[in-house]
Parts: sequence; C-alpha cells; structure tokens
Amino acid sequence: MKALRFLRRNFEHGVHPAHHKQQTADLPIQRVPFGKHYVMPLGQHIGVPAKAIVAAGERVQRGQLIAKPGGFVSTGLHSPVTGTVREVGDYRGVDGRFAPAIAIEADPFATQQVDASAAVDWQSLTLEEFIEAVQIAGIVGMGGAAFPAHVKLSVPDGIRIRHLLINGAECEPYLTTDHRLMVERPEALLEGAEIVRQKLGAEETVIGVEMNKPDAIEIIRNHIRPGDPVRVVPLKVKYPQGAEKMMIKSVFGKEVPAGLLPRDVEVNVNNVGTIVAIADYFLRGMPLIERVVTVAGPGVSYPANLIVPLGTPVRDVVKFCGGLKPGSREIIMGGPMMGRPIASLDVPILKGCSGVLVFTEEQTARRKEYPCISCGRCLEACPYFLNPSRLARLSKSRMFDEMRAYHVFDCVECGCCTFACPSNIPIVQLIRTAKDDLARRKEPDA
Amino acid sequence: MNSLLVAPAIMVGIGLFFGAILAIAQRFLKVDEDPRIEATNNLLPGTNCGACGQPGCLPFAEKLVAGEVDPGQCTVSTDEAIEQIAEYLEVDAGRAEKLVARLRCNGGHLQAHQIAEYQGFEGCRAADIVSGGGKGCAWGCLGLADCEAACTFDAIHMNANGLPQVDTEKCRACPDCVAACPRDLFELVPLNQKLYVQCNIPLAGEAATRLCKVACDACGKCVADAAPGLITMQGNLPVINYASGGEARPEATFRCATRSIVWLEREQFQEQESRKAGTA
Repeated sequence: MKALRFLRRNFEHGVHPAHHKQQTADLPIQRVPFGKHYVMPLGQHIGVPAKAIVAAGERVQRGQLIAKPGGFVSTGLHSPVTGTVREVGDYRGVDGRFAPAIAIEADPFATQQVDASAAVDWQSLTLEEFIEAVQIAGIVGMGGAAFPAHVKLSVPDGIRIRHLLINGAECEPYLTTDHRLMVERPEALLEGAEIVRQKLGAEETVIGVEMNKPDAIEIIRNHIRPGDPVRVVPLKVKYPQGAEKMMIKSVFGKEVPAGLLPRDVEVNVNNVGTIVAIADYFLRGMPLIERVVTVAGPGVSYPANLIVPLGTPVRDVVKFCGGLKPGSREIIMGGPMMGRPIASLDVPILKGCSGVLVFTEEQTARRKEYPCISCGRCLEACPYFLNPSRLARLSKSRMFDEMRAYHVFDCVECGCCTFACPSNIPIVQLIRTAKDDLARRKEPDA
Repeated sequence: MNSLLVAPAIMVGIGLFFGAILAIAQRFLKVDEDPRIEATNNLLPGTNCGACGQPGCLPFAEKLVAGEVDPGQCTVSTDEAIEQIAEYLEVDAGRAEKLVARLRCNGGHLQAHQIAEYQGFEGCRAADIVSGGGKGCAWGCLGLADCEAACTFDAIHMNANGLPQVDTEKCRACPDCVAACPRDLFELVPLNQKLYVQCNIPLAGEAATRLCKVACDACGKCVADAAPGLITMQGNLPVINYASGGEARPEATFRCATRSIVWLEREQFQEQESRKAGTA
C-alpha cells in the first residue's frame, strides 16, 4: 500500500512548462549594495494599505516602523535603510498606477545594521500577541500573492490545524529564490517552522519540494534531528504544484472545495520565504525589510539570486546584474506564468516580488491568434476544473455578468489554459479583464 | 369500437372543462391595461439604453402615462418623437437639456508619453490591467476603443490621434461609454456648457507635463481669468462650477498653454484635426 500512496502524490490537470532554472539554481544568494533612493508603497500586500507614521525630513533607522497596519487585513511597513524620508507621496507601482508611498533617501555613511537585540521572545507570547507581532513585522506571503501572513495564522475557534505545510515547490519557471533559501538556510527554515507549528498547535510540519530540487530535499533532511515532527515530501514536477490547494491534494490527497480554505481541511500552508522571514523576526529581530529575488531570463547579462532591500528600484537591481542585454523587450516581476510585466524601471521591488525576469523579442513576440477550435486542451489543463474557453469567449463578447455562472471568481489566473492553448488565445488576460470590470462595477453599490 | 372512442371523448371533455374555466377567468379576472402605455412605447426608440434612468423603454412608457416623468427625459428620441408623445399624452414635452459625452483627456498618441509598448489583447480594459497599458499618464485615455465598441448609436470613432471623437449629432447621452471606459474619462455634459476641462491628471507642474505634452500643470491661470468663483482648483485640476452664477466666457482658455481647458463650440479635438490638415 505504501508504494501506492506514492502514486497518489499528484493533482489532476496542470501543465509542464520547461523550468529554465539551470541559469540560477546553483548561484549562491548574494547581497545587493545599498543604493540611494528607496520607495516603499503603502499597499504592498493584499488588503488595506498601511498608514504612514513618518513625515518628510524625518530620520529613519533600518528596520524602524514607518507605517502601521491600516486594518486587520493589513501589515506594518519598516524602513529598508537608514536614511531620511524624502517625501510621502504618490509613486508609480507595479500595476502602472500611482499609489501612496514613502520615499527614503539612504544615508551613505550608515552601517545599515539591524538591531538584533530587538528580537522578541516568541515563547513568552500568547497566540494573540504572536499574531499581532507577525502583523507589525509586516510579514506577508512571499510566494507572490503577498497575502498578510498573520491573517492566515489567525485560526477561528473550533477549527484545529493538524498539519503545517511549507510550500517549497517553486513551480514557476526561472525562479530559484525558495530553492536557494532551502539550500542555504535550512536551519532558519526549520526554526521558523517550529515557531509556527508550536503556535498553531499542529502535529507535524510537512515540507513539500518539487523533485527537480534534489539538493534542497537532501539538505533539509540532513538538518532534521531525529524525533522532530518534520518530514520532507518530494513532489512531482508539474505546474501549478505550488498553488495551495494543489499542494494539499498532492501531499495529503485531500481536496479543498471551492470557496473553502486550507484550514477547513486542517492544514495551514506557508511559503518557504514566509517561514524564514518569521524566523528572522523572532530570532534575529529583523522585520520584513529585504527579500530574495531571482534576476534571470535571456535578457540579463549576469543572472543572480540576490538579497534586495524592499523599495529598491528595479533599475538598480538590473544594473547590479550587468544591465540589460541588447534586444531586451519585456521585464516581468514574479514568475513567467503569473507575474506581471512592468512598464517602468523605476518600479520598486515589493514584498511579494520573487523574481525580475527579462525577456527578448524571441520569447515575447505576440503570436498570431487563431479562432478557438474547441479542442478542450484548456479544460484539461485547468487545475480548478473551470471552462476557460467558454470564459474567454464570453469575455470577448463583453458578457461579463454571464461569466459569474461559470465561476470566473474561482479562477486563480495560474495561466495553464493560456499555456495549453494551441490557438494562442490570451485566455487569462480576457478573464482578468472580466474580473476587473465586475469588481469595479460592484463598487458603486457597496 | 367502444373502447376506441373513450379516449377522445375524455380528451374532449377535459378540453371543454378547462375551456369553460378560462372563459370564466377571462370575464372575472381581467386586468385592464391602459392602451396608452403600448401606444407610447411604440413611439419610444426601443433601444432600452437606460439613459432616462428607467430599466427600459416599457417601464419609461408606464411612468410617462402615470405622469411621473416628462417625455423630454428620453434623451435618445428625436425632437419630433418627443413632440408626438407629448401631443398624444397631452402633456408638456419638458425637453431636457441636450447632453453629450465629453472625454476628460486630450492626450493622444502625439501628445502623451508612451513609456512602454503594450502587445496584448486589443482593448482598453485589457491594457489597463497590464501595467496601465504602457502609457506614461496613468489617468488618460488608452486609445484602444472600448468606448467605440460600446456605443450603440455609432457616435464614437477613434481619430487619427488615437482619441475617441464623439459625434455630437449622433450622441444620445446614454451612459454606455461612461461605463465602458476603465479610467472613467467620459462624462455627460450639457451641450451648451462650452467651457470644458479636458484633462484628468492629478499631478501638478513638471510632474504632469513630463507625462503628457497637453497635461494640465495646475498653473491656475484659468481660475484668474474667469469670473470669480466660476473655476476652482481641486486636486490640481480646474473644476468649473456652472451653478456659481459667474458667466463662462472663452477668455478663461486664452492663457492655457496646454489647451487642457477649452471652449467647445461643437466637437472636441477639432483644433487637432485642423492643425494636422494645415501641416499635411
């Protein structure tokens, strides 16, 4: 029977994009030198933007709180550098729109040390205090969605979490941030996992890693002390293995029904980066002020895995990697499947930005679109069992309201359908367009 | 033979029975509908556009007959049709002011800075969700013709500069283009309010003009040149308050270097067209 359980470790549907990780998979994480200008947008996470508590001209220390949470689904924000606040104003964000942000000028003579004595003794905290500390520390899901971590950790009464699942799948092509974190900082990962596991009262920690990272699996296994309630589960290489619900299906064989959350099947899922950030805050006193970013793609001269202070303009990061190669056409923040192209190099690195990928004409040229031939490949690819071709057709005819009946809001925009489509129909973009229209039209009633 | 006749006999019996019930119901449960409602409805344009604020033409006709609304509130009908309805119902036409859709943006391809090139699906809303479509100004017209597709009256056409040209003759002031624009740039303005601000950028000074050659840089000259209280600066944009009582005059636009405040005799963007014709 045990051998058969191995066969079950899979989810249905999904696609197999080429993973392209060899560019950066073996490059150790290095630190980017501090630059001059930093821009910290107040809305770096899903939910309510933070509220600035500093004013122009004020001196700030690296790691100092500069914005406090604006509500429950909101987190704190800390200065990524020691320096002076230049302005609290509107700056261009990843989505191309201008949004409130705190601009900070770095002090070139500062040591940029984080005060390690600020670490909080997590064992003495009650669960409520712990969750509040995570919120103030500004920790969000580091996999890309940037959902505030404390909201995930707040489990309502009556629901028991039995498994803490740590997401090390990193199924997006090109990205190697979680991979390098698992290889280089397995102690921090296991420390953070233990903190979260104890606070949640979970029975065991499960670390899910795709099988294309055998070194990470081995290193973590070597660091687990015998008797620790931790196990590493190698997963099939398939996209989107790192989607919460897919991973639960693969690891535990349980399905999370539409509209419900992982906690309804007694699981709490967190990204590797999030867990390391929690360990860094509670053991080393460093709130979320920097993150690991993979800079890769055919348009980058020297691909790298970098520790980048938040708020660093993409321009500085790209410059550090030797600049753009001639013929570079498109820069994507995040992974190639779900990331967003950016229109300006002045956009800052945010909490949820796992990669900066540069592509050339060859990869990004828009392929000719053909009519839908009803082949059904998108239906076979959709891990949420939606009907992407129908959704795309409705969106093209602007029948957005009808799309609700086809569960358009269950779509997580993973991009499998567009990847699978032989007619090159931009299905995900059409679905996003419809969601945007539906969301905006709802506003006046609310 | 006998059994063969039973079934038809039963069917005829049931038919007669229900027929009798229907005849009785027709007599005693009859609802009298005002014949004027249907007649009025036939005079309305039948587009169900919703510009009058009612869900469609039939509900509007019902309200007309009940005397709750004026025929003139249908902005889509022609003047003759309104007159006919008013005559038929023997009420005052109460012609509403003619409204037209005006675009709060003047920055076409020739004026607005493009910081990136958008390659995806052609549509304003689709472009807007991808880094704002690559246009430097995050508030201006994207020029991908969502409004042109939404217009039921064929009143909107994209001009050579990539801006939607509204035909004031054809425009019936239904709110379709207002709803279609992802950046909420269309507004319905009375045709006789000729002073109009055609810019939507909340930035001031060089920050604005860096993004678009014809952006309002919030210099405030129009405020100084207009009747006191007519124009006020709100959020770095001039706002014209026609209710203030001050007379709107073309002089307010004379010193505007970027033509973000204009005096519109008819359509927008006419001077762009003529300037191009002059140079060509």
